[in-house]
Amino acid sequence: MIETTLADPRLVEITLNGETALAHADATILDVCRAQDVDIPTMCFLETLTPFNSCRLCVVEVAGSRTLIPSCSRTVEVGMEITTESERVANTRRILYEMYASTVDLSLSDDDTRRWMAKYEVKPGRFGEYESHRKVKIQDDLYIRDYDKCVMCYRCVAACGTEAQNTFAIDVAGRGLSSTISTEFDVVLPDSACVYCGNCIGVCPTGALMFKSEYDMREAGSWDESRQTVTTTICSFCGVGCSLDLHVQDNRIVKVSSPLDHDVTDGHLCIKGRFGYAHIQEEAGRST
Amino acid sequence: MYTVDPRRTESAEWADTWLGIDVGSDIALSNTVAREIIAAGLVNTEFIEHSTSGFEAYAESVQSWTLERGEEVTGVPAEAIRDLARDYAKAETAQLCWTLGITEHANATDNVLSLINLALLTGHVGRWGSGLVPIRGQNNVQGGGDMGSLPNKLPGFQNVTDPDARAKFEAVWGAEIPPEAGWHVSEMIDEMEQGGLTALYVIGENPAQSEADVSRAIRLLEGLDHLVVQDIFLTKTAQIADVVFPAAAGWAETDGTVTSSERRVQRVRKALDPPGNAKDDIEILTLLANSLGHDWEQRDAETIWDELRSLSPMHAGMSYQRLEALDGIQWPCPDEDHPGTQFLHGWLWEDPMPREPAAFSAVEWVPPVDPLDQDFPIRLTTGRRLDSYNTGVQSGGYRSPIRADAVLDMSHEQAADLDVSQGEVVKVVSRRGSIDVQVRLAEGLRHGLVFMPVHAPDVVDVNQLTIDAWDPKSGTAEFKATAIRIDKITRD
Repeated sequence: MIETTLADPRLVEITLNGETALAHADATILDVCRAQDVDIPTMCFLETLTPFNSCRLCVVEVAGSRTLIPSCSRTVEVGMEITTESERVANTRRILYEMYASTVDLSLSDDDTRRWMAKYEVKPGRFGEYESHRKVKIQDDLYIRDYDKCVMCYRCVAACGTEAQNTFAIDVAGRGLSSTISTEFDVVLPDSACVYCGNCIGVCPTGALMFKSEYDMREAGSWDESRQTVTTTICSFCGVGCSLDLHVQDNRIVKVSSPLDHDVTDGHLCIKGRFGYAHIQEEAGRST
Repeated sequence: MYTVDPRRTESAEWADTWLGIDVGSDIALSNTVAREIIAAGLVNTEFIEHSTSGFEAYAESVQSWTLERGEEVTGVPAEAIRDLARDYAKAETAQLCWTLGITEHANATDNVLSLINLALLTGHVGRWGSGLVPIRGQNNVQGGGDMGSLPNKLPGFQNVTDPDARAKFEAVWGAEIPPEAGWHVSEMIDEMEQGGLTALYVIGENPAQSEADVSRAIRLLEGLDHLVVQDIFLTKTAQIADVVFPAAAGWAETDGTVTSSERRVQRVRKALDPPGNAKDDIEILTLLANSLGHDWEQRDAETIWDELRSLSPMHAGMSYQRLEALDGIQWPCPDEDHPGTQFLHGWLWEDPMPREPAAFSAVEWVPPVDPLDQDFPIRLTTGRRLDSYNTGVQSGGYRSPIRADAVLDMSHEQAADLDVSQGEVVKVVSRRGSIDVQVRLAEGLRHGLVFMPVHAPDVVDVNQLTIDAWDPKSGTAEFKATAIRIDKITRD
């Protein structure tokens, strides 16, 4: 087992919400806040990916800084004075959520997002009611892409690219307000470079990218997380030893994810790990 | 990164250099690389003196493998071999990773030894970032061997021929263990033919589709007095069995452990109930023992694991609790304070050496058993694709958008030469059989080399073609090198 060593083991003294704290010199403000149980909303940030700073929800005040600072990507400095909640911070977060809510379908966001939206008294219709623009893209039996739910967090692009899969099947196309996540020349997914590892779906925070099996169950009204159990096991398809989280509802596997904090693959899988479970489902004709 | 592969695979595209080696010339390449490292004065003299034996004889054995001879036998340009040799020897850290391209040959063990020699020449073994890495194709190939699923080993690689080891197991198991090594799969097939093996109990394997020269394998399986198959599916093998025990899927329907390529023992956990009468392998084996007149109690996976830990020193420190807490542990792990072993051969760097030095093995190149000639001028090699798995029993259950299993891949040049086109069905003939299969034009292959995946035996039974010549040391058949010809199918 390799010990994780910080690149810079020095400790620096900072002030966090008026109290003195010690932090590793290469820690981000968000790292320090999470370690101290200071609540910071995030959307584009994921522990296993390099911060991309697109959502701006994690901004905090730093003394001497004219602008608010994204805490996910800014490393601490000696003597830094950080304020994580203030009227300015709350206003910014509220307006960001309100702008998201009027342009994007946030209905499948996680519980934390719902909690933060309540905390900052977000009025979702403030900048106009959200309107659906596009149709759900269903181009094969494994994935669906519903860009009405896309917040352009770039996590999927990072996971498809250099941060996990190195396949580069998707990237950002277009500019400004009309920018979208797209395959090359917007070809259908099976004609793209996609290898169906599902790692883009694994990192998507809003359900814009989803396994078709989950989508079909949601459409049919049978998706029920309160009846699901999650069991961690090991994938059977090769010798790497990736951890699989099997989501089981009514004695059927309904989804496969992978724990982010496992050092074999950091939550990333391949097509067999994500979808290869189908052979043990009831309809697969098992010997009984 | 260098990739050595007859095909220009996706991995080869990622590599800095691809060496498009001729199928079955691996030892020629290793020996040429070795000679070049020695000739260039790039051997790790200190390591060789401290940690190895037999260098002089080995150096002598590779003396004839000049770059020119290497190029002639392997088809790889001499400069590329020279660059590989020098880059590998000079690298601060370097790993040799391989999979079935090395081991599915009739000289599989020698292929592996030839790679071990390179690591010993340069000291690229037993330390961080360096090493010899056979990449396993299943989640528990390593674990199966570790648990004694080898003809000559008890769990923990203890020899069945060692009376002390046997006595230890016999005391706990309360049964006598045969004192001589058993047969491996390829020997079993031969013994079926010679009448030495008349009954077979197959657990989780599908030899009626996975064996080389599969027509012969099926004929022999059908000729057995008694065939029992324990499987999660009614496989082709199960269909010809006298008795079938429906089993639970180990990775999702049972508790237990598997061991990955890096010797890491990891927990698998039961997430759902198996269908119908299907049962956990442990339960099936216990019920079978009891119906044969024994009195075994049903025990859970952890109890059996704890018994294993008491008998296999390399697993002794791996309680379920520790496996859970540490997300798996790499063996050997002799006691509960031991963190597990990251580098298996770290001992090579200890001073004084705790064991006998590692021996170089002089190995000579021999060509594939199935020779190319005028009647069978094309080399067929088989393998896997990303989205499928072995005979397709497990991966056929989901609809992959990128699946291309029931095809024969060939280069554009080959197709032009044969006057066949994309999608055309051709007849592929080897010295053992023939099959009809659709042509897929593929990049990364050259003239004289074609490829077929092994995943769709129900549609195109590629093992009708392959040769069952096997390596006498490992028992692995030469799936990677078949001599074939391709006949155009003309319609009347």
